[in-house]
Amino acid sequence: MVPFAGWEMPVQYDGVISEHRAVRTDAGVFDVSHMGELEIEGPTARDLIQATLSNDVDKLRPGAAQYSLITTESGGIVDDVIVYRLDEHRYFVVVNASNRDADHAWLKERELRGSDVRDVSDEYALLAVQGPRALERLGLETGEPFTFELGLLDGVEVMVNRTGYTGEEGVELACMDEDAGRLWDAILARGVTPCGLGARDTLRLEVCYPLHGNDIGPQWDAISSGLGWACALGTEFTGVERLRELKERGPERKLVPFVMREKAIPRQGMPIEGGGEVTSGSHSPMLDVGIGLGYVPAAQAKAGTELVVDVRGRARKAEVVKKPIYQKER
Amino acid sequence: MAASESYPDDLLYHPEHDWARIDGDEAVLGVTWYAQDALGELVHYEPPDVGSTVSKDTSYGEVESVKAVSDLISPLSGEVLEVNRTVVDAPETVNDDPYGDGWLIRIRLSSAEERDQLLDVAAYRKVLEDA
Repeated sequence: MVPFAGWEMPVQYDGVISEHRAVRTDAGVFDVSHMGELEIEGPTARDLIQATLSNDVDKLRPGAAQYSLITTESGGIVDDVIVYRLDEHRYFVVVNASNRDADHAWLKERELRGSDVRDVSDEYALLAVQGPRALERLGLETGEPFTFELGLLDGVEVMVNRTGYTGEEGVELACMDEDAGRLWDAILARGVTPCGLGARDTLRLEVCYPLHGNDIGPQWDAISSGLGWACALGTEFTGVERLRELKERGPERKLVPFVMREKAIPRQGMPIEGGGEVTSGSHSPMLDVGIGLGYVPAAQAKAGTELVVDVRGRARKAEVVKKPIYQKER
Repeated sequence: MAASESYPDDLLYHPEHDWARIDGDEAVLGVTWYAQDALGELVHYEPPDVGSTVSKDTSYGEVESVKAVSDLISPLSGEVLEVNRTVVDAPETVNDDPYGDGWLIRIRLSSAEERDQLLDVAAYRKVLEDA
Protein backbone atom coordinates (compact mmCIF):
# COMPACT_ATOMS: atom_id res chain seq x y z
CA MET A 1 0.00 0.00 0.00
CA VAL A 2 1.18 3.52 -0.76
CA PRO A 3 -0.23 6.92 0.11
CA PHE A 4 -1.76 8.63 -2.94
CA ALA A 5 -3.61 11.96 -2.81
CA GLY A 6 -4.61 11.30 0.78
CA TRP A 7 -5.71 7.70 0.10
CA GLU A 8 -4.04 4.42 0.94
CA MET A 9 -3.83 2.65 -2.40
CA PRO A 10 -2.52 -0.75 -3.44
CA VAL A 11 0.25 -0.55 -6.06
CA GLN A 12 -0.26 -4.22 -6.80
CA TYR A 13 -2.11 -7.29 -5.58
CA ASP A 14 -0.33 -10.18 -7.29
CA GLY A 15 2.16 -8.29 -9.45
CA VAL A 16 2.06 -5.36 -11.88
CA ILE A 17 2.90 -7.48 -14.91
CA SER A 18 0.42 -10.28 -14.29
CA GLU A 19 -2.33 -7.75 -13.52
CA HIS A 20 -1.48 -5.81 -16.68
CA ARG A 21 -1.71 -8.96 -18.79
CA ALA A 22 -5.02 -9.92 -17.16
CA VAL A 23 -6.51 -6.63 -18.38
CA ARG A 24 -5.10 -7.05 -21.90
CA THR A 25 -6.28 -10.66 -22.26
CA ASP A 26 -9.26 -11.12 -19.90
CA ALA A 27 -10.58 -8.64 -17.31
CA GLY A 28 -9.28 -6.66 -14.35
CA VAL A 29 -10.91 -4.42 -11.75
CA PHE A 30 -9.43 -1.24 -10.27
CA ASP A 31 -10.77 0.52 -7.22
CA VAL A 32 -10.59 4.14 -8.36
CA SER A 33 -12.82 5.52 -5.63
CA HIS A 34 -10.11 8.06 -4.87
CA MET A 35 -11.20 9.97 -7.98
CA GLY A 36 -13.34 12.99 -7.25
CA GLU A 37 -16.88 13.66 -8.39
CA LEU A 38 -18.51 17.06 -8.76
CA GLU A 39 -22.15 17.69 -9.49
CA ILE A 40 -23.12 20.80 -11.40
CA GLU A 41 -26.78 21.60 -11.39
CA GLY A 42 -29.14 24.38 -12.36
CA PRO A 43 -30.60 26.21 -15.34
CA THR A 44 -27.20 27.79 -16.09
CA ALA A 45 -25.12 24.63 -15.44
CA ARG A 46 -24.59 24.29 -19.20
CA ASP A 47 -23.34 27.90 -19.46
CA LEU A 48 -20.89 27.40 -16.60
CA ILE A 49 -19.47 24.23 -18.15
CA GLN A 50 -19.25 25.72 -21.63
CA ALA A 51 -17.40 28.76 -20.25
CA THR A 52 -14.88 26.85 -18.13
CA LEU A 53 -14.30 23.52 -19.93
CA SER A 54 -12.66 23.08 -23.30
CA ASN A 55 -14.96 20.69 -25.11
CA ASP A 56 -18.35 21.57 -26.59
CA VAL A 57 -20.88 20.64 -23.94
CA ASP A 58 -23.73 21.20 -26.40
CA LYS A 59 -22.69 17.98 -28.14
CA LEU A 60 -23.53 16.14 -24.95
CA ARG A 61 -27.03 14.67 -24.79
CA PRO A 62 -28.44 13.25 -21.53
CA GLY A 63 -26.97 9.75 -21.16
CA ALA A 64 -23.69 10.64 -22.82
CA ALA A 65 -20.20 11.44 -21.54
CA GLN A 66 -17.39 13.60 -22.84
CA TYR A 67 -13.67 14.01 -22.17
CA SER A 68 -12.87 17.66 -21.45
CA LEU A 69 -10.30 19.96 -19.87
CA ILE A 70 -10.56 22.67 -17.26
CA THR A 71 -8.27 25.28 -18.77
CA THR A 72 -6.36 28.31 -17.50
CA GLU A 73 -6.18 31.73 -19.17
CA SER A 74 -2.92 30.68 -20.85
CA GLY A 75 -4.43 27.45 -22.16
CA GLY A 76 -2.85 25.30 -19.44
CA ILE A 77 -4.69 22.37 -17.91
CA VAL A 78 -6.11 22.63 -14.38
CA ASP A 79 -7.45 19.09 -14.81
CA ASP A 80 -8.68 16.60 -17.36
CA VAL A 81 -12.15 15.32 -16.58
CA ILE A 82 -15.08 13.34 -17.89
CA VAL A 83 -18.42 15.14 -17.97
CA TYR A 84 -21.59 13.03 -17.78
CA ARG A 85 -24.88 14.69 -18.62
CA LEU A 86 -27.42 13.23 -16.19
CA ASP A 87 -30.39 15.25 -17.44
CA GLU A 88 -31.23 18.60 -18.95
CA HIS A 89 -29.75 20.68 -16.14
CA ARG A 90 -27.58 18.25 -14.19
CA TYR A 91 -24.02 17.15 -14.90
CA PHE A 92 -21.65 14.77 -13.13
CA VAL A 93 -17.92 15.48 -13.51
CA VAL A 94 -15.29 12.87 -12.63
CA VAL A 95 -12.00 14.56 -11.74
CA ASN A 96 -8.51 13.47 -10.66
CA ALA A 97 -8.13 12.74 -6.96
CA SER A 98 -5.29 15.17 -6.38
CA ASN A 99 -7.19 18.00 -8.11
CA ARG A 100 -10.53 17.51 -6.43
CA ASP A 101 -10.27 20.52 -4.14
CA ALA A 102 -8.64 22.75 -6.76
CA ASP A 103 -11.29 21.87 -9.38
CA HIS A 104 -14.12 22.43 -6.95
CA ALA A 105 -12.70 25.81 -5.90
CA TRP A 106 -12.00 26.79 -9.54
CA LEU A 107 -15.57 26.12 -10.66
CA LYS A 108 -17.15 27.44 -7.46
CA GLU A 109 -15.38 30.76 -8.01
CA ARG A 110 -16.85 30.98 -11.51
CA GLU A 111 -20.35 29.86 -10.54
CA LEU A 112 -23.18 31.71 -12.26
CA ARG A 113 -26.53 32.74 -10.92
CA GLY A 114 -28.55 29.57 -11.40
CA SER A 115 -25.73 27.03 -11.23
CA ASP A 116 -24.55 25.10 -8.21
CA VAL A 117 -21.28 23.20 -7.97
CA ARG A 118 -21.04 20.53 -5.27
CA ASP A 119 -18.23 18.16 -4.34
CA VAL A 120 -19.99 14.80 -3.92
CA SER A 121 -16.81 12.68 -3.94
CA ASP A 122 -17.42 11.21 -0.51
CA GLU A 123 -20.82 9.85 -1.54
CA TYR A 124 -19.56 7.73 -4.42
CA ALA A 125 -17.19 4.85 -5.05
CA LEU A 126 -15.88 4.06 -8.52
CA LEU A 127 -14.73 0.64 -9.77
CA ALA A 128 -13.26 0.29 -13.27
CA VAL A 129 -13.69 -3.13 -14.88
CA GLN A 130 -11.58 -3.35 -18.02
CA GLY A 131 -10.48 -5.93 -20.57
CA PRO A 132 -11.70 -7.86 -23.60
CA ARG A 133 -13.81 -10.14 -21.38
CA ALA A 134 -14.95 -7.43 -18.93
CA LEU A 135 -18.50 -7.11 -20.28
CA GLU A 136 -18.95 -10.86 -20.64
CA ARG A 137 -17.83 -11.44 -17.05
CA LEU A 138 -20.20 -8.73 -15.78
CA GLY A 139 -23.05 -10.04 -17.92
CA LEU A 140 -23.36 -6.71 -19.76
CA GLU A 141 -24.17 -6.07 -23.39
CA THR A 142 -21.80 -4.09 -25.57
CA GLY A 143 -22.54 -0.37 -25.38
CA GLU A 144 -21.59 2.73 -27.24
CA PRO A 145 -18.38 4.28 -25.83
CA PHE A 146 -18.90 7.45 -23.80
CA THR A 147 -22.46 6.68 -22.78
CA PHE A 148 -23.88 5.55 -19.45
CA GLU A 149 -26.97 3.98 -17.99
CA LEU A 150 -28.29 3.22 -14.51
CA GLY A 151 -28.71 -0.40 -13.56
CA LEU A 152 -28.26 -3.20 -11.07
CA LEU A 153 -25.23 -5.44 -10.85
CA ASP A 154 -25.66 -8.39 -8.49
CA GLY A 155 -28.17 -6.36 -6.51
CA VAL A 156 -26.09 -3.19 -6.27
CA GLU A 157 -27.35 0.02 -7.88
CA VAL A 158 -24.73 1.25 -10.28
CA MET A 159 -24.13 3.89 -12.90
CA VAL A 160 -22.55 1.94 -15.78
CA ASN A 161 -20.16 4.24 -17.62
CA ARG A 162 -18.70 3.12 -20.93
CA THR A 163 -15.36 4.76 -20.21
CA GLY A 164 -11.92 3.69 -19.06
CA TYR A 165 -8.21 4.38 -18.85
CA THR A 166 -6.67 1.20 -20.27
CA GLY A 167 -7.44 1.19 -24.01
CA GLU A 168 -9.54 -1.94 -23.52
CA GLU A 169 -13.26 -2.41 -23.71
CA GLY A 170 -14.92 -2.07 -20.33
CA VAL A 171 -16.91 0.02 -17.92
CA GLU A 172 -16.44 2.25 -14.91
CA LEU A 173 -19.08 1.53 -12.30
CA ALA A 174 -20.11 4.29 -9.91
CA CYS A 175 -22.05 3.23 -6.82
CA MET A 176 -22.93 4.64 -3.43
CA ASP A 177 -19.96 4.59 -1.08
CA GLU A 178 -21.62 2.16 1.35
CA ASP A 179 -22.20 -0.40 -1.44
CA ALA A 180 -18.60 -0.42 -2.67
CA GLY A 181 -17.40 -3.44 -0.70
CA ARG A 182 -20.35 -5.52 -1.86
CA LEU A 183 -19.82 -4.50 -5.49
CA TRP A 184 -16.08 -5.22 -5.31
CA ASP A 185 -16.73 -8.73 -3.91
CA ALA A 186 -19.37 -9.40 -6.56
CA ILE A 187 -16.99 -8.41 -9.35
CA LEU A 188 -14.19 -10.60 -7.97
CA ALA A 189 -16.67 -13.50 -7.65
CA ARG A 190 -17.23 -13.16 -11.40
CA GLY A 191 -13.59 -14.05 -11.98
CA VAL A 192 -12.22 -10.55 -12.58
CA THR A 193 -8.57 -10.00 -11.50
CA PRO A 194 -7.98 -7.30 -8.86
CA CYS A 195 -5.47 -4.73 -10.14
CA GLY A 196 -3.53 -1.93 -8.44
CA LEU A 197 -2.22 1.51 -9.33
CA GLY A 198 0.93 0.04 -10.88
CA ALA A 199 -0.91 -1.77 -13.67
CA ARG A 200 -3.25 1.19 -14.13
CA ASP A 201 -0.20 3.31 -14.93
CA THR A 202 1.47 0.86 -17.35
CA LEU A 203 -1.84 0.20 -19.14
CA ARG A 204 -2.61 3.87 -19.71
CA LEU A 205 0.97 4.57 -20.78
CA GLU A 206 0.92 1.82 -23.46
CA VAL A 207 -2.09 3.54 -25.05
CA CYS A 208 -0.70 7.08 -24.45
CA TYR A 209 -3.41 8.42 -22.17
CA PRO A 210 -1.80 11.37 -20.39
CA LEU A 211 -1.68 11.49 -16.60
CA HIS A 212 -2.42 14.88 -15.06
CA GLY A 213 0.48 15.95 -12.87
CA ASN A 214 2.94 13.96 -15.02
CA ASP A 215 2.21 14.63 -18.69
CA ILE A 216 -0.28 17.46 -18.56
CA GLY A 217 -0.77 20.36 -16.16
CA PRO A 218 -1.21 24.11 -15.85
CA GLN A 219 2.36 24.69 -17.10
CA TRP A 220 1.72 23.09 -20.52
CA ASP A 221 -1.01 24.29 -22.89
CA ALA A 222 -3.51 21.81 -24.29
CA ILE A 223 -2.23 22.12 -27.87
CA SER A 224 1.37 21.25 -26.92
CA SER A 225 -0.04 18.40 -24.85
CA GLY A 226 -1.73 16.94 -27.92
CA LEU A 227 -5.23 17.49 -26.55
CA GLY A 228 -6.41 19.93 -29.21
CA TRP A 229 -9.05 17.33 -30.14
CA ALA A 230 -10.70 17.95 -26.75
CA CYS A 231 -10.77 21.73 -27.29
CA ALA A 232 -13.75 23.09 -29.20
CA LEU A 233 -11.99 26.21 -30.48
CA GLY A 234 -15.24 27.48 -32.00
CA THR A 235 -16.73 27.90 -28.51
CA GLU A 236 -15.83 30.47 -25.84
CA PHE A 237 -14.06 29.15 -22.76
CA THR A 238 -11.19 30.21 -20.49
CA GLY A 239 -7.95 30.36 -22.47
CA VAL A 240 -9.54 29.77 -25.89
CA GLU A 241 -7.86 32.78 -27.50
CA ARG A 242 -4.42 31.61 -26.50
CA LEU A 243 -5.21 28.07 -27.71
CA ARG A 244 -6.46 29.36 -31.09
CA GLU A 245 -3.21 31.28 -31.46
CA LEU A 246 -1.11 28.22 -30.55
CA LYS A 247 -3.09 26.05 -32.94
CA GLU A 248 -2.60 28.61 -35.71
CA ARG A 249 1.12 29.05 -35.26
CA GLY A 250 1.99 25.55 -34.04
CA PRO A 251 3.40 24.81 -30.57
CA GLU A 252 7.13 25.05 -29.84
CA ARG A 253 7.13 21.80 -27.94
CA LYS A 254 4.99 18.71 -28.18
CA LEU A 255 4.17 15.76 -25.98
CA VAL A 256 5.20 12.64 -27.88
CA PRO A 257 5.15 8.89 -27.24
CA PHE A 258 8.46 7.06 -27.64
CA VAL A 259 9.88 3.57 -27.46
CA MET A 260 13.43 2.77 -26.32
CA ARG A 261 15.58 1.31 -29.07
CA GLU A 262 18.31 0.39 -26.59
CA LYS A 263 17.79 -1.48 -23.34
CA ALA A 264 16.73 1.01 -20.66
CA ILE A 265 13.65 2.15 -18.81
CA PRO A 266 12.87 5.85 -19.11
CA ARG A 267 11.56 7.55 -15.97
CA GLN A 268 9.82 10.84 -15.24
CA GLY A 269 12.24 13.79 -15.19
CA MET A 270 14.99 12.28 -17.36
CA PRO A 271 16.39 14.80 -19.88
CA ILE A 272 15.99 14.14 -23.61
CA GLU A 273 18.86 15.46 -25.74
CA GLY A 274 17.92 18.71 -27.49
CA GLY A 275 15.92 20.21 -24.63
CA GLY A 276 13.22 17.64 -24.02
CA GLU A 277 12.13 15.84 -20.88
CA VAL A 278 10.48 12.53 -20.03
CA THR A 279 7.14 13.05 -18.25
CA SER A 280 6.15 9.38 -17.86
CA GLY A 281 8.21 6.27 -18.39
CA SER A 282 8.03 2.61 -17.63
CA HIS A 283 8.49 -0.86 -18.97
CA SER A 284 5.81 -2.07 -21.39
CA PRO A 285 4.65 -5.50 -20.23
CA MET A 286 3.17 -6.24 -23.67
CA LEU A 287 6.09 -5.08 -25.82
CA ASP A 288 8.83 -5.88 -23.29
CA VAL A 289 10.69 -2.60 -23.89
CA GLY A 290 11.03 0.76 -22.18
CA ILE A 291 8.32 3.23 -23.25
CA GLY A 292 7.46 6.78 -22.34
CA LEU A 293 5.87 10.14 -22.99
CA GLY A 294 7.83 13.35 -23.03
CA TYR A 295 7.96 16.92 -24.29
CA VAL A 296 10.38 17.57 -27.14
CA PRO A 297 10.95 20.58 -29.44
CA ALA A 298 8.45 20.48 -32.35
CA ALA A 299 11.27 19.64 -34.78
CA GLN A 300 11.84 16.36 -32.93
CA ALA A 301 8.18 15.44 -32.62
CA LYS A 302 7.63 13.54 -35.87
CA ALA A 303 7.18 9.76 -35.66
CA GLY A 304 10.43 8.04 -36.59
CA THR A 305 12.67 10.74 -35.07
CA GLU A 306 15.53 9.35 -33.02
CA LEU A 307 15.74 10.64 -29.45
CA VAL A 308 18.51 10.21 -26.90
CA VAL A 309 17.38 9.82 -23.30
CA ASP A 310 19.77 10.52 -20.45
CA VAL A 311 19.25 7.46 -18.22
CA ARG A 312 21.14 8.40 -15.05
CA GLY A 313 24.15 9.53 -17.07
CA ARG A 314 23.92 6.92 -19.83
CA ALA A 315 22.80 8.05 -23.31
CA ARG A 316 20.20 5.60 -24.60
CA LYS A 317 18.47 5.75 -27.99
CA ALA A 318 14.72 5.94 -28.37
CA GLU A 319 12.34 6.61 -31.26
CA VAL A 320 9.25 8.79 -31.48
CA VAL A 321 6.27 6.60 -32.46
CA LYS A 322 2.65 7.14 -33.38
CA LYS A 323 -0.09 6.80 -30.76
CA PRO A 324 -0.87 4.33 -29.33
CA ILE A 325 2.43 2.70 -28.39
CA TYR A 326 0.69 -0.65 -27.99
CA GLN A 327 -2.12 -1.83 -30.21
CA LYS A 328 -3.72 -5.24 -30.26
CA GLU A 329 -3.09 -7.27 -33.39
CA ARG A 330 -6.29 -7.49 -35.32
CA MET B 1 7.51 -18.91 -11.20
CA ALA B 2 8.79 -16.85 -8.31
CA ALA B 3 11.14 -18.74 -6.02
CA SER B 4 10.14 -19.37 -2.41
CA GLU B 5 12.06 -17.66 0.37
CA SER B 6 15.46 -19.13 1.11
CA TYR B 7 18.98 -18.11 2.20
CA PRO B 8 21.57 -20.79 1.38
CA ASP B 9 24.10 -21.36 4.17
CA ASP B 10 27.10 -21.72 1.83
CA LEU B 11 26.94 -18.02 0.82
CA LEU B 12 28.26 -14.85 2.41
CA TYR B 13 25.93 -11.87 2.64
CA HIS B 14 26.08 -8.08 2.56
CA PRO B 15 23.48 -6.14 4.58
CA GLU B 16 22.32 -4.39 1.36
CA HIS B 17 20.82 -7.77 0.38
CA ASP B 18 23.57 -9.05 -1.88
CA TRP B 19 25.27 -12.42 -1.74
CA ALA B 20 28.72 -13.75 -2.74
CA ARG B 21 29.75 -17.32 -3.52
CA ILE B 22 33.54 -17.42 -3.15
CA ASP B 23 35.56 -20.01 -5.02
CA GLY B 24 39.34 -19.56 -4.62
CA ASP B 25 40.25 -16.07 -5.83
CA GLU B 26 36.95 -15.61 -7.66
CA ALA B 27 33.42 -14.87 -6.53
CA VAL B 28 29.97 -14.94 -8.08
CA LEU B 29 27.62 -12.16 -6.93
CA GLY B 30 23.87 -11.77 -6.87
CA VAL B 31 20.94 -10.38 -4.88
CA THR B 32 19.05 -12.22 -2.17
CA TRP B 33 15.52 -13.55 -2.20
CA TYR B 34 14.52 -10.63 0.03
CA ALA B 35 15.84 -8.06 -2.49
CA GLN B 36 14.06 -9.54 -5.50
CA ASP B 37 10.85 -9.92 -3.51
CA ALA B 38 10.98 -6.28 -2.38
CA LEU B 39 11.53 -5.08 -5.96
CA GLY B 40 8.98 -7.30 -7.68
CA GLU B 41 9.38 -8.81 -11.13
CA LEU B 42 12.58 -7.47 -12.65
CA VAL B 43 12.41 -6.01 -16.15
CA HIS B 44 15.89 -4.53 -16.60
CA TYR B 45 19.46 -5.38 -15.57
CA GLU B 46 22.14 -2.75 -16.19
CA PRO B 47 25.41 -4.69 -15.79
CA PRO B 48 28.97 -3.35 -15.46
CA ASP B 49 31.44 -3.82 -18.33
CA VAL B 50 33.57 -6.93 -18.34
CA GLY B 51 37.09 -5.85 -17.32
CA SER B 52 35.90 -2.96 -15.16
CA THR B 53 36.54 -2.97 -11.43
CA VAL B 54 33.98 -3.09 -8.67
CA SER B 55 34.55 -1.89 -5.11
CA LYS B 56 33.09 -3.25 -1.92
CA ASP B 57 30.04 -1.31 -0.65
CA THR B 58 29.60 0.65 -3.88
CA SER B 59 27.22 0.29 -6.81
CA TYR B 60 28.29 -1.88 -9.75
CA GLY B 61 25.01 -1.81 -11.67
CA GLU B 62 21.25 -1.51 -11.41
CA VAL B 63 18.17 -3.67 -11.53
CA GLU B 64 14.71 -2.30 -12.24
CA SER B 65 11.18 -3.50 -11.76
CA VAL B 66 8.22 -1.76 -13.40
CA LYS B 67 8.03 0.75 -10.55
CA ALA B 68 11.49 0.93 -8.99
CA VAL B 69 15.22 1.16 -9.65
CA SER B 70 17.76 -0.34 -7.27
CA ASP B 71 21.54 -0.05 -7.17
CA LEU B 72 23.48 -3.28 -6.94
CA ILE B 73 25.93 -3.00 -4.05
CA SER B 74 29.06 -5.07 -4.37
CA PRO B 75 29.88 -7.14 -1.30
CA LEU B 76 33.52 -7.49 -2.42
CA SER B 77 36.13 -5.71 -4.58
CA GLY B 78 37.62 -7.04 -7.77
CA GLU B 79 37.67 -7.14 -11.56
CA VAL B 80 34.58 -8.16 -13.55
CA LEU B 81 35.33 -11.41 -15.40
CA GLU B 82 31.84 -12.22 -16.65
CA VAL B 83 28.34 -10.75 -16.78
CA ASN B 84 25.34 -13.09 -16.76
CA ARG B 85 23.85 -12.42 -20.21
CA THR B 86 20.86 -14.63 -19.40
CA VAL B 87 19.75 -12.03 -16.85
CA VAL B 88 20.41 -9.16 -19.29
CA ASP B 89 18.04 -10.81 -21.77
CA ALA B 90 15.56 -12.17 -19.21
CA PRO B 91 15.82 -10.17 -15.95
CA GLU B 92 12.98 -12.17 -14.37
CA THR B 93 15.48 -15.04 -14.06
CA VAL B 94 16.55 -13.32 -10.83
CA ASN B 95 13.03 -13.72 -9.43
CA ASP B 96 12.86 -17.35 -10.50
CA ASP B 97 16.25 -18.43 -9.18
CA PRO B 98 18.12 -15.69 -7.26
CA TYR B 99 21.01 -17.94 -6.14
CA GLY B 100 21.36 -20.08 -9.27
CA ASP B 101 20.59 -18.98 -12.85
CA GLY B 102 19.89 -15.46 -11.56
CA TRP B 103 23.52 -14.69 -10.57
CA LEU B 104 24.71 -11.27 -11.81
CA ILE B 105 28.50 -11.06 -12.19
CA ARG B 106 31.65 -13.11 -11.63
CA ILE B 107 34.69 -11.24 -10.35
CA ARG B 108 38.38 -11.87 -9.56
CA LEU B 109 38.91 -10.78 -5.96
CA SER B 110 41.41 -8.00 -5.35
CA SER B 111 41.23 -8.02 -1.54
CA ALA B 112 40.55 -11.54 -0.30
CA GLU B 113 40.48 -10.41 3.33
CA GLU B 114 37.26 -8.41 2.69
CA ARG B 115 35.34 -11.66 3.06
CA ASP B 116 35.85 -11.48 6.81
CA GLN B 117 33.58 -8.40 6.90
CA LEU B 118 30.64 -10.19 5.28
CA LEU B 119 27.78 -11.86 7.13
CA ASP B 120 27.07 -15.54 7.41
CA VAL B 121 23.51 -16.69 6.92
CA ALA B 122 22.61 -16.43 10.62
CA ALA B 123 23.87 -12.84 10.80
CA TYR B 124 22.04 -11.92 7.56
CA ARG B 125 18.79 -13.41 8.84
CA LYS B 126 19.25 -11.19 11.91
CA VAL B 127 19.50 -8.17 9.56
CA LEU B 128 16.20 -9.20 7.97
CA GLU B 129 14.50 -9.66 11.33
CA ASP B 130 15.57 -6.18 12.39
CA ALA B 131 14.52 -4.60 9.08
